[in-house]
Amino acid sequence: MDKLWLIIKREYLTRVKKRSFILATLLTPLAIAVFILVVGLIFSYEGSGTTRIAVSDQSGVLDERNIKADAKTTFNKSSEDIEQLKQKVEDGDFDGLLVIPEIKDIRTSRHTVYYYYDETPPDLNLESTIRSALRKNFREFKIRELNFDKEALKALNTDIELEPDPINGSTEDASSMTSAIGAFLGGAMSFVMYMAVLIYGMMVMRSVMEEKMNRIVEVMISSVKPFQLMLGKIIGVGAVGLTQLGIWIILIPMVYLLSMLFIDIDPSQMPVAGGMSPEMMEAQIDVEDIEYKAALGMAELAGQNWALIIPLFIFFFLGGYFLYASLFAAVGSAMSDDLGEGQALTLPITIPIILAFYIMIVAVQSPQSNLAVWSSIFPLFSPIVMPARLAFSPPLWQIILSVVVMAASSLFFVWLSGRIYRVGILMYGKKVTLKTLWKWLFYKA
Amino acid sequence: MNPILQFDQVVKTYGEHTAVDHVSFEIPKGCIFGMLGPNGAGKTSLIRIITTITQADKGSVLLDGEPLGGRHPSAIGYMPEERGLYKKMKVGEHLMYLARLKDLSKKQAKHEIGYWLEKFEISDWWNKKIEELSKGMQQKIQFIATVVHKPKLLILDEPFSGLDPINTNLIKDEIDQLNQQGCSIIFSTHRMEQVEEICEYIVLISKGKNILHGKVADIKNQFKENLFRIEFDGTLPDSLRPHLQIQEEGPNSVTAKMNDGFSSNELLEQLLQNKLHIRSFNEILPTLNEIFIRQVEGDLQ
Repeated sequence: MDKLWLIIKREYLTRVKKRSFILATLLTPLAIAVFILVVGLIFSYEGSGTTRIAVSDQSGVLDERNIKADAKTTFNKSSEDIEQLKQKVEDGDFDGLLVIPEIKDIRTSRHTVYYYYDETPPDLNLESTIRSALRKNFREFKIRELNFDKEALKALNTDIELEPDPINGSTEDASSMTSAIGAFLGGAMSFVMYMAVLIYGMMVMRSVMEEKMNRIVEVMISSVKPFQLMLGKIIGVGAVGLTQLGIWIILIPMVYLLSMLFIDIDPSQMPVAGGMSPEMMEAQIDVEDIEYKAALGMAELAGQNWALIIPLFIFFFLGGYFLYASLFAAVGSAMSDDLGEGQALTLPITIPIILAFYIMIVAVQSPQSNLAVWSSIFPLFSPIVMPARLAFSPPLWQIILSVVVMAASSLFFVWLSGRIYRVGILMYGKKVTLKTLWKWLFYKA
Repeated sequence: MNPILQFDQVVKTYGEHTAVDHVSFEIPKGCIFGMLGPNGAGKTSLIRIITTITQADKGSVLLDGEPLGGRHPSAIGYMPEERGLYKKMKVGEHLMYLARLKDLSKKQAKHEIGYWLEKFEISDWWNKKIEELSKGMQQKIQFIATVVHKPKLLILDEPFSGLDPINTNLIKDEIDQLNQQGCSIIFSTHRMEQVEEICEYIVLISKGKNILHGKVADIKNQFKENLFRIEFDGTLPDSLRPHLQIQEEGPNSVTAKMNDGFSSNELLEQLLQNKLHIRSFNEILPTLNEIFIRQVEGDLQ
């Protein structure tokens, strides 16, 4: 035990003290912040200077003289002659001239307006600004002219809210946000799992390989058992992973919020501004509705059974990590200098991880499907799939079965890998195939 | 007194391949013992059994009279032929780590490492990174790591391979000193000339089998061929020739094998009677290399 502890300590400390580790741990959140800042700045960029547009309105759609189409664009309605206005554009008094012809048929959804420019044709940004400003005014105009009831029109925009209610009173009441929040939470946990297993598993493999190539391993195992060395490495690297994740869990939200303050835009607006077409913007977003949904979401998050989810997440994190890291260690021990050959051995390990990730994506959408249920029990998939289902309160028997299978199989795989490892680290210069690994399993110590 | 190590009918197989085939021999306590054999003969497999890296399939191995077990690694110091260090670690850290794994307490480890670093006049290396050291420097660190826990039994696998002459002598001196302090040393190599110089006892391994073992002097005697070299002034009397099988004859020297029933004393007597002026008279003993080749070839036939 003492020796195992010494090994864990060395594996942990040498990694944590490395400059590259400290940099990666601290710089990743910083890089995320810079990314957010840059993306935010790019999206908040709307061209330089203000644009003044003269409008010759022959339709009467615009009821005000001066309209601020957006922060940087103003419409100046003018009764002057079009030719005169064109001249003014050429003189540089205006950046462009918008001509709204008389409306011949009000009962049509298609209207043509004209934009005259001197030097630069309207860019996409300006086009969408003009379009959305006019669309709003046309709408108002048509409502007025056709004598529509404004409230009645608003009622046409029906928003269906699905409120799930259990028939059986004992089952937990789900709100309309349950699925969304569950999917978000489950997806996030699974993603962390997926990354951790791949990154730190690979780290274990590389380190085992280095030790073998470096020939330190023979000195080591004349003092400690190969199994101790392998286990110590897995635990040590795992602790490094937990440290890094812990730091990120604290730093990333902090940095995110700070950078939001810095660029001074509402985080919820940023992706919206980037991803929405003008049409969607037009579909008047009800601020109250967003606030209501956010509150519901928060309530849903707070209402999650955290006392169950957190310990289970940690359990699956450790179980999954041990299972895969030990397999990676076994493969690392079998590798020789030839990295290409190693690829053939890592593939059988990475394939289930990647498969599990795809199953997880499906599982958050339909967490009770057969695929999701059985994948969350199958030990090679469960560390990634089960967390995705946790937020949907799966039946207890499934959780228990999954936990038992996970615990048993991670112990089994650690043992199995130990048997391959102890042979592999002392084998040099042989081309190793999966078949050889299988043979090593049955070697006597 | 128990021998430090006793092999009795030890067998080790890897899959189909028999690496160690019913090997038996003893290593007396406090001696320098040579384990000889060509590459792939099974030396490393034997060493791995001693260092408890692997276990024998059959037979028994006793260390100082006790069956090999989990407690023994701390009584053994092993320097493998291919030896590495953690490149990113500092010298002090690294030695502390390996010493602690050999069951030394923190205080003992520090003390012993300090002693060795001082001995090699490298005390100021404590905070140097291994990767900053030259190969020769790293070899010193490896040697310290092997002996820091004062092992009863020291196993050196090709200890001088890759060493420069200065370090070779340094390590040789240290091996002698450790041996004088009572440490038994197994010296595994395929280079026979080194063994003749250093070892008192040897075992010869070929294809997993023990083909010869014992005291170096005894083995040489056992394989001697009554070969003598005489240097003299004058001419070799013809009366002697029937008794000799001359292998090489110069104007003033002769190398010859004596026929059975003819002793070196008789030869000398006859030479003296013939008033030859003898400048030297040597028995030529076979080198271990020759014995080895003869044995291995015999083994092949």
